[in-house]
Amino acid sequence: MSKTSLPDGQNLAFLRGLTQPRLSRGEFMRGAAASLAAMALGGARQADAAAVTDWNGWWEAQKPTNEFIFANWPLYIDVTSDGKDHPSLDAFTKQTGISVTYDEVIQDDPSFYAKVAPVLKSGQPTGYDMMVITDGWYLTELLLQKFLVPLWREKVPNFDKNAGNSVKNPSYDPGNKHTMVWQSGLTGIGYNPKLTKREITSLEDLWDPAFAGHIGMFSDTNELGSFGMLKLGINPTTSTPADWTKAAAVLRDQKDKKLVRQYYDQSYINALENGDIWITMAWSGDIYQANSKGYKDLKFVVPKEGCSIWHDNMCIPVGAKNPLSALAWMNYYYTPEAAGVIEDYVNYICPVPAAKDYILSVIKDPDVANSPLVFPPESEFAKTHEFRAFKNYAEYKAWVNTFSPIVQG
Amino acid sequence: MRRLSRHFAPYLLSLPSWAYLTVFFVIPLGSMLGLALATGDPLDGYVASDNFSEFSLGFSQYHAEFVRSFFYGAVSTVITLVIAYPVAYWIAFYGGRNKSTYLFLLVLPFFVTFVIRVLAWEFILSDEGFVLGTLKSLGLIPQTTHILSTQWAVIGGLVYNSLAYYVMPLYVALEKIDRRVVRAANDLYATPRVAFTRVIIPLSAPGIFAGFLLVFVTNVGDFVNAYILGGPGTYMIGNVIQDSFFDNQDYPLAAALSSMLMFLLMVAIFLYAKTFGTDTIQDYAA
Repeated sequence: MSKTSLPDGQNLAFLRGLTQPRLSRGEFMRGAAASLAAMALGGARQADAAAVTDWNGWWEAQKPTNEFIFANWPLYIDVTSDGKDHPSLDAFTKQTGISVTYDEVIQDDPSFYAKVAPVLKSGQPTGYDMMVITDGWYLTELLLQKFLVPLWREKVPNFDKNAGNSVKNPSYDPGNKHTMVWQSGLTGIGYNPKLTKREITSLEDLWDPAFAGHIGMFSDTNELGSFGMLKLGINPTTSTPADWTKAAAVLRDQKDKKLVRQYYDQSYINALENGDIWITMAWSGDIYQANSKGYKDLKFVVPKEGCSIWHDNMCIPVGAKNPLSALAWMNYYYTPEAAGVIEDYVNYICPVPAAKDYILSVIKDPDVANSPLVFPPESEFAKTHEFRAFKNYAEYKAWVNTFSPIVQG
Repeated sequence: MRRLSRHFAPYLLSLPSWAYLTVFFVIPLGSMLGLALATGDPLDGYVASDNFSEFSLGFSQYHAEFVRSFFYGAVSTVITLVIAYPVAYWIAFYGGRNKSTYLFLLVLPFFVTFVIRVLAWEFILSDEGFVLGTLKSLGLIPQTTHILSTQWAVIGGLVYNSLAYYVMPLYVALEKIDRRVVRAANDLYATPRVAFTRVIIPLSAPGIFAGFLLVFVTNVGDFVNAYILGGPGTYMIGNVIQDSFFDNQDYPLAAALSSMLMFLLMVAIFLYAKTFGTDTIQDYAA
């Protein structure tokens, strides 16, 4: 999919899907409340629920409930045109008798983590049965502290049956012991061909002096560091601290030569739209959204050297009151029907490849079904790389100390 | 007994202020210093210790950001003073009956949130935007010119956002000046220029000092302008603290940098007061 042709702007079904992805997962300026929550340091942690060691026994002791509380990001599930109902959730309730409370409370990972971590540390239930967390330090932090319930995989047979290879056995959660992917997405290159005056195919273009002062890079150190390594032909997922130093050197060079306009969070898309930057690191969904807003020139490309793939993961926090309902939901989501209905609306990368046929033959929305960005062919997945999963805080801090000074210089 | 209570009365009366200061200033300050010296990580918690390594790391890694922040703070404060003084002077001396209207107009933009105002400047100053786009299409400036992502965009943003905070104390100081003193200077054959520099400016010194405190201290620690209007090479120390705290979970480093910033600001204010003399300022104020 190195060059994705954009869909005909007249196709309303497609545009509806593209104009309504969830909000950018970048980092917002976070409120004081979150900062205070994050200050809850040390203290007694891992009380009651987290102290469980025999998870098989714990699962056996759970009773089925008819309730399910689901914390997700905004605009990240199908919704009827009046904005009131979620057909996929209603169908789930009809099928299983479990009523769903759907909360769009996650704006970004750090602030949501800051909200739930103090609660989990004190051993209290968060009030959620399922939350959706992006792979990265905050998910690792939840895993390291044993704040996520190991899944009872026998209750989710549809995962093994229908999940795509790209979401099986991810580097950050080997064997899918604690998480199952909700949606994935790509970090590639976004550009405005009118300003670059040529097609972009390679990461080298982000280092092209011809674009000096009009190149955008991401301020998120995970994203930035991974691109530095991809440029050097290093696989970020398996990289070592020595590789990080090498990547930091090329990124530093890019900055010192005054090529970079700014290190952006989600605001890069505005800078690309109004012409401040010509070429930038970009999330595929944002470029589509810009296209449907009227910025039809902008293009997204997966560079030939490869790109980053991120996953948003469903997981069950310890202390969840309705864990069996959460498993039932996971099992339901990993069917072509449910995944298809949601995918036709959300349009990131679908974790259930068989949903493609469902969208094609039942929903009859060929633009989504045939989009190489929603259902990338296996050959394209080979070019995508997951972020480096950190083993502990020291490793994360070493990574941050390597790449943060570039952003902050 | 009566003498005793009279002796203690002022202290008892100041008790609420002391309680307030303790709860909202001393305790947070103490916990910040404690955290700066602590060892540990966000997973296992922190234990108190006397580990000064975050201070030395903060200094060695981020001294450039400290210097930059004080430079931006000083330049923006001086520019703000130069712009604000004539405004305040005009309102105080020639505002007539409409003084409060003018002051109201001055604070009117502040009814819009800080962040939104800065974002508006980002929009106005963008490369193909209203200002630069027009100039470029007229061929008056080269196509590659940009203002955003430069230090002048950041300093400009700081000046814009602190203008009202400087005009207000200046206005109060100028308003209080006894007009008969100015007339006396004229009667004693002072030219308007001499009357201004020898009488009006010294008499408005408390306003200059108060405005300096408000504007300089806020601007040195600001991170929003650099975040939105700046680019690589314009990062201020406030941005580093914000990143360390929120993104990197490096709480001790953030606390150490905050403590250092606070200390340096106190030194700067002390030097200012020393140079211009708090006594003189108080004399004029009295």
